[in-house]
Amino acid sequence: MMQTAALALAVPCAAILLGGLLSGIDRRLTARLQSRQGPPLSQPFLDVIKLMAKERMVTNPWQAFSPVASLGAAAFALVFFALQGDLLVILFVHMVGGVFLVLGAMASPSPYSQTASQRELWQMLSCETLLFLIAGALYLTTGSFRLSELSALPEPLLYRLPLLFAAFFFALTVKMRKSPFDLAGCHHAHQELVRGVFTEYVGPYLGLLEIAHWLDIVLYLAICSLFWATSTPAMILLPLAAFLAVIMLDNVAARLTWRWMLGWGWGAAFVLSALNLSWLKG
Amino acid sequence: MGLIDKLISTARRRSPWLLHFDCGSCNGCDIETLACLTPVYDVERFGVVNVGNPKHADILLVTGTVNLRNREVLTVLFEQMPEPKVVVAIGACGLSGGIFREAPNVVGGVDKVIPVDVYVPGCPARPEAIIDGVVLALEKFREKSKGKGEGK
Repeated sequence: MMQTAALALAVPCAAILLGGLLSGIDRRLTARLQSRQGPPLSQPFLDVIKLMAKERMVTNPWQAFSPVASLGAAAFALVFFALQGDLLVILFVHMVGGVFLVLGAMASPSPYSQTASQRELWQMLSCETLLFLIAGALYLTTGSFRLSELSALPEPLLYRLPLLFAAFFFALTVKMRKSPFDLAGCHHAHQELVRGVFTEYVGPYLGLLEIAHWLDIVLYLAICSLFWATSTPAMILLPLAAFLAVIMLDNVAARLTWRWMLGWGWGAAFVLSALNLSWLKG
Repeated sequence: MGLIDKLISTARRRSPWLLHFDCGSCNGCDIETLACLTPVYDVERFGVVNVGNPKHADILLVTGTVNLRNREVLTVLFEQMPEPKVVVAIGACGLSGGIFREAPNVVGGVDKVIPVDVYVPGCPARPEAIIDGVVLALEKFREKSKGKGEGK
């Protein structure tokens, strides 16, 4: 019991440090790819500390509650992951965070926030379904939704689920808010919808959402590591490679429309996943 | 000053997010302002980000003259920014109205409408001068938070 409580505290803290560091690496690497020097690695932490000390402004109480709920959901999902829990529960808890982000953004009449909320819902629709297919594949291979069964596998899951991994990579670009699918609010400060779903969140609330976003990225990279859960170096290298690939893609790709995203998500990625699942069964 | 206050003060100085508003400028100063973000000057290495949203901004950069039409927009942008905030007026027009100051529709410099903390002269102002103005604005943050502590 004590161990679980300690884990519940330590995991979100470690994930915040890791997520912020990854975000710092992302900004520096992106700057280098654009022949700029880029900010120091600690920049994301400085940004969040500054945001936390800004004035609180809300136009609707939901804008104050939603970031807290979103962060809470992201932290709970990570703790469940660390406890090697049920992947379905982890995904459902994770989705709650996304729903609250949209709720808070929709609570404002701002057209930027409203349009971006619709796009965020499309994003969730196109990438969360893929994650549930991954959970299904986990069940078909190990006979359980529990992550603890994975380490008993003789060979990495990636050998049996290569097409699902490709589909997961699509979901990762969407979740990391990177081009070409950063429709609802991208990492960069400017886009056609100002700052997308984050437009109406001010100061500390934006800071909380930023932390929640770090936790989400860490969770997705942790899910990525499941594809090679049989060896520890591979569990680190595989997510790292996926992360770097997403950043490279972000720097070479332009933003696509939501129709493209749905086409890729439900067309290409969904078909690939279904194909992969069908041969698992046979 | 406690450790947390120190941390916040450092974070404020190293993470200034700018909002750039063209208040009827000829675009000369705007081009120079955006030049600061290009690889030549790359102000992002100091944590500076050009945000398009007053609700996320710490520093308001205003270029150009204020006229009867856009004075309201300028006021609204300023009011939407959360505290602590600093205003930097850029270029001859932003400072005093420049050569347009006697035009019937021109109100004058930015300080006729909102309080200005830093004035950056020039026609157009050079990118180096604008960066210098932003650095000066960061010092104003420190003064402002000190003033708050004394109950002013």
